[in-house]
Formats: sequence, C-alpha cells, structure tokens
Amino acid sequence: MADDPILSVRDLHVSFRTKRGLARVVRGLDYDLHAGETLAIVGESGSGKSVSTLAMTKLIPMPPGQVSGEVWLGDDDLVPLSEKHLLHYRGRRIGYVFQDPMTSLNPVHPIGRQLTEGMRYHLELSDEEIRERAIDLLQKVGIPSPEKRLDDYPHQFSGGMRQRVVIAIGLSCDPEVLVADEATTALDVTTQAQIVELIGRLQDELGMGVIWITHDLGVVAGIADRVLVMYAGQVVEAADVDALYARPRHPYTVGLMRSLPVLGDLERRDLASIPGLPPSPTALPEGCAFHPRCAFRDDDRCATEAPPLRDIGDGHLIRSFYEVPEEIAQEAAAEARIEIEPPDADDVGDAAAEVGSRSGRGGET
Amino acid sequence: MAGYVAKRVAQSLLALLGVSVVVFALIHLVPGDPVRTALGTRFDQELYEVLRARAGLDQPLVVQYFDWLFRALQGDLGVSFRTGQPVTEALMQRLPATALLAVSAVLVGLVIALPAGIISAVRQGKVSDYVANAFSQIGVSIPDFWYGILLILLFAQTLRWLPPFGYTSLLEDPVDGLQRLIMPALTTGVVTGAILTRFVRSSVLEAMNSEHVRFARAKGLPQRHVFRHHVLRNAWNPIVTITGLQLGTLLGGIVVVEVVFAWPGIGRLALTAVERRDYPVLQGAVLLIAAAFLIINLVVDLLYAKLDPRIRSS
Repeated sequence: MADDPILSVRDLHVSFRTKRGLARVVRGLDYDLHAGETLAIVGESGSGKSVSTLAMTKLIPMPPGQVSGEVWLGDDDLVPLSEKHLLHYRGRRIGYVFQDPMTSLNPVHPIGRQLTEGMRYHLELSDEEIRERAIDLLQKVGIPSPEKRLDDYPHQFSGGMRQRVVIAIGLSCDPEVLVADEATTALDVTTQAQIVELIGRLQDELGMGVIWITHDLGVVAGIADRVLVMYAGQVVEAADVDALYARPRHPYTVGLMRSLPVLGDLERRDLASIPGLPPSPTALPEGCAFHPRCAFRDDDRCATEAPPLRDIGDGHLIRSFYEVPEEIAQEAAAEARIEIEPPDADDVGDAAAEVGSRSGRGGET
Repeated sequence: MAGYVAKRVAQSLLALLGVSVVVFALIHLVPGDPVRTALGTRFDQELYEVLRARAGLDQPLVVQYFDWLFRALQGDLGVSFRTGQPVTEALMQRLPATALLAVSAVLVGLVIALPAGIISAVRQGKVSDYVANAFSQIGVSIPDFWYGILLILLFAQTLRWLPPFGYTSLLEDPVDGLQRLIMPALTTGVVTGAILTRFVRSSVLEAMNSEHVRFARAKGLPQRHVFRHHVLRNAWNPIVTITGLQLGTLLGGIVVVEVVFAWPGIGRLALTAVERRDYPVLQGAVLLIAAAFLIINLVVDLLYAKLDPRIRSS
C-alpha cells in the first residue's frame, strides 16, 4: 500500500449554524485511503464520523452546514465543487451504503428501478446493458434468481436481503471508494457477519477502498486495515489495526474497548461504560475535549491546554498528553478483540442462510 | 389487489348498513310524534293519519326498518312531509349542484395548495414559507361566508362582472352556469386550499426528510429527479387521502356557502328539512351524504393501494 492514496482528506472541518451557536461537528480531520484498503472510523453517536463522510460530497444540508478543508479524490478537490459538479462524484466515484436497509430504499419503487437509476445517469450504457449489469450486481451481492426480483418492492425482501440490494446500489457505478455508514448496525448478528464478509469479498474483487463507519470496535478488529477513533469531531487515536489492538493508548479508545460486551463472559464483570456524555458541538470544553469524562487524567493541564495529535511511532497517532498504562490497555484490548466469524463463502448466495441460525464456521474451512 | 378491493367494498357496504340503522333511528329519536311535530299548528287528523301510514309508523320497529331499507334500496326514500315530493327526486335535483360546487372547490383548493404547500416545504423557513403559512392560518380561521360576502361586494356589487347568487345547470347554459359557479367555488376553495396547503407542506417535508431521499441523493441523481421520483411521488399518498376527505366533507357540509349564494344544494336542503322538521327529507339527505362519503373513501383507499405497493400486497 505504498502507492498514492485514492482519497486524501486534509484539515476537514464541518460545522452547522444552529440557534445555539455554531456547532463544530468535524474539527480538522486528516486521513488517506488507498485502493483495496479498509479504513474504520470509530466513535460514539455525534462524534462526527458519519458527517465527515457525508460532507465529502456535501450530502449534508448546505446551509446551515459548511465545509472547509480539502477532499482529494484522485486529482480533484471536492470541497470547492458546486452541487452540479458533485453529482459526478456521488454514487459514481464514492458509493454510499447507509445504516438502515428498512429506510434507505424507497418503498414505492421496485428495487430494479432504484438500482438502475444511478447507472442511467452515470454510465453510458444502453437499457439492455444496464439491466444485465443490474442482474449481475444482484448476483454478486447474493440475491437468488435476481432477474426475477428486479420488479419486486423493498417490502418483499428481508432486512439482510435489502441491505444486499443497498450494497449493490452503492457499488453499481464501480466507485473507487465505498462508504459503509453503520452498514451492519441495524441487522442481526448472523446477517451482520454475512454483510461484513460480503463487503470484504467484493472489495478484494473490485479493489475499491472502503471507509467503514461504526461505533462497534468489535466489528473493526476483523475487517479494518487502519482505524481512526473519533471524539468530538477530532481523531483522538489512529493506528494500524494490529497496533491498536496490541496496545491502545488513548483513554477514550480504552474506554470504548472496555464497554464492549464479551461473549460468554458476561457474569465476570459489569459492562464498563464511559461516564458522562459526549460534549455538545456548540459548547466544547476547553483543553482536551475528552477530559471531563477521562478516567486517567492526571492534572490541570488537560483542562486548559488542547493536546495536539502526536505520532508515537509507526504512524500510531494519539491526541492526549498521557497514555493509558500498558497493563490496563492490553487487558481492555484483549477483551475487545473478538473476531467476527464470517459464514462459509458458499452460504452467501443462499437465501436460507439469511434466516437460518448461526452455525459457526465449521472445522474444515 | 383483487382481494383488497373485495375486502374494502365489503367493508364499505357494511358501514353503509350501519349508517342506515342510524338514519332510520333518527326519525324515532325525535321526542314525541314526528308527524304531529311536523304538522305543528296546522294539525289535521286526516292528513296526520295519511302521513303516519305513509311513513309506516304504525308498524313494529323491525318491520319498519326492513320495509324502509328495502324501499330505500329501490330508490324510494319516502315523501316529504311538507311538499309531498318524493325524497329521492328532491335529492337528485339537488345533487348535481352540490357535486359541482364540491368538486370545483376541491380543484380550486388543489390549484392553491399544491404550489403553495410544495414551495413552502422546499423553502422551509424562508419568506415564501411564512407567506404560505400565513395564508393557511388566515384561510382556516376566517369563516367562509365572509369571503363569500367580500366576493359578492367586489364582483357583483362594485364591478358588476358576475351575478351575485343563484345556480344554473352547466348543461343548460354553460356560460351563465360558469359565471354563477365562480364565486361560490372560490369561497369554498380558498378555505379548502388553506387546509390542504398545510397537509401538502407537511407531506412533502416528511418525504424530503426521509432516509431514502438522502440515499437517492447519494446516488448522484440530479435534484429534480430526486424531488420528482422520491419526494413528490411519496408525498402523494397522504395528499390523496386528505383531498378525498375534504371532498367528502364538502359534499355534506357547504351549508353556509350554499345559503350565502342561494345555491340549491344538498346542504341547504338538509338545513331546510331540519328547520321544517321534514324528517324523510332529512333522512334521505343524511343517507346520501354518508353514502357519498363512503364511496369517496373507498375510491381514496383504492388509489392509495395503487400508489403504495405495500398496501396492495398486504
């Protein structure tokens, strides 16, 4: 992955004018995404993780939203582009998959139409070619007998099948970047694993970069190459996935890891959670944004001085004056590191897998 | 879809049967003897007997009901206590005027409400939104006869462009009929438009804020495409429903406007029947209004099923 990044975000700021003042939702975000790479952006609701990706193509209301910084997709900076020009990037070069397949699809149109409408604008193909491509896409995402399902409406599909349709739409124009915004959050565990596996497989096949937005550090361990942990609109820790799980450094990351439920281990300890609530983006605390909730802070420096994002080696970045002690950090990380078990690859085309109970991976694979 | 249609038709017929019981009961809920009350001071024993027998009031209740229902099904709703005119005939004379006025008012209402509601939703919080909101607030708060009187003063009294009141069938004299239709239709239509504007606005807003619209935008579709196929298309369902309800309400309830413009409609017929205690006419009018309402509701539901695939298959 030493080649040039396909997507470079530099000093991205997103804010909204509200009645209670300027809400600074994303405050100076930097990252690179390479072809074939999976970047996970992790954080609580309101940390700015979703907004930062929607703002790349201005899918937020503008005004009251405002975006500054640079978003380089290949040789083009998207930030200064007008709505009209951005249409050539949305869906075409950056595909999106949203959280809830129950609401992402329009209930009154057949899925075939929803799958092809973007292609009709973006790709110079005949109707017949578009139809073939649609069938091919549905096949790829594991919808059985797709040619018969093009005229079906969303309510005729199960939740997992709908999310497959949504993924097919996200991929329909062969984007360089796929943003999966909490793409498995609304699904049950078995279906989650299938969707995770599906996106991973399609990524290997098509070579796009994937930005995986989630609040679930457990999902991240199995799929991401690199992880950004966001808090109050900023990256607080960024590292390659192995480094992060080997030794998380930031108190917030450790807190997130400790708040994950551990399978089969629920009696041993109560679910730890981070005390307090994330700050309002209109009233951010002085100093380190996390200090009011931090269980490790030492002194008054945190309350007055904002810590810079510093590199502690090998591209591991943290925004904190202090690191969580090694022993505690490693314990939290070990508990959090539950690998998602993907189902057998053969199951993917099988609709029965959708409703069947989780059977595990099986010994021979 | 066929199953859904059959189910809805059956439901409507059942509801109509329920209405018929209530309407039938009406004449018996009146304190005292309805025929005697109707005759009032002009009481005459012979006439009393004739009217009582003609209304079948000397029979047991159940027999009376089924007798009444059976005749009603054949189009015989009895005769007016006052004029001796068959009720069905009286209703059929009045129905075209009311239907014409109600449909015209709804059309005027839609012509106002669709653009006003859509613009105010799209430009939420802007000046045009406030203007549309002010219009609908004022429109629903001022009683309709006031607009009627203002229109008469302006167009009939001052400008002398239009006749002040009365009704002419469009089939007999289209020009005169149309001229007489304009003011009552505007009067009723402004109020209807004010009510509909709010619903159009909220339906469009709700559709605009739905997740699938954001997803449609994320596909890189041009704004007008998103608006047409994902916002308006989805906003239609509630708009169709409320428009149908408005039409149903108008068919029975334009009484005041009918009085102001001397419009010979069902509402005025019912009002006169109440005043004169002419129960057969009142029964007939109520039954007709209820039936019209049920039919409109049925049509709305079928349209709804056409618009929303989820209903079709459920």
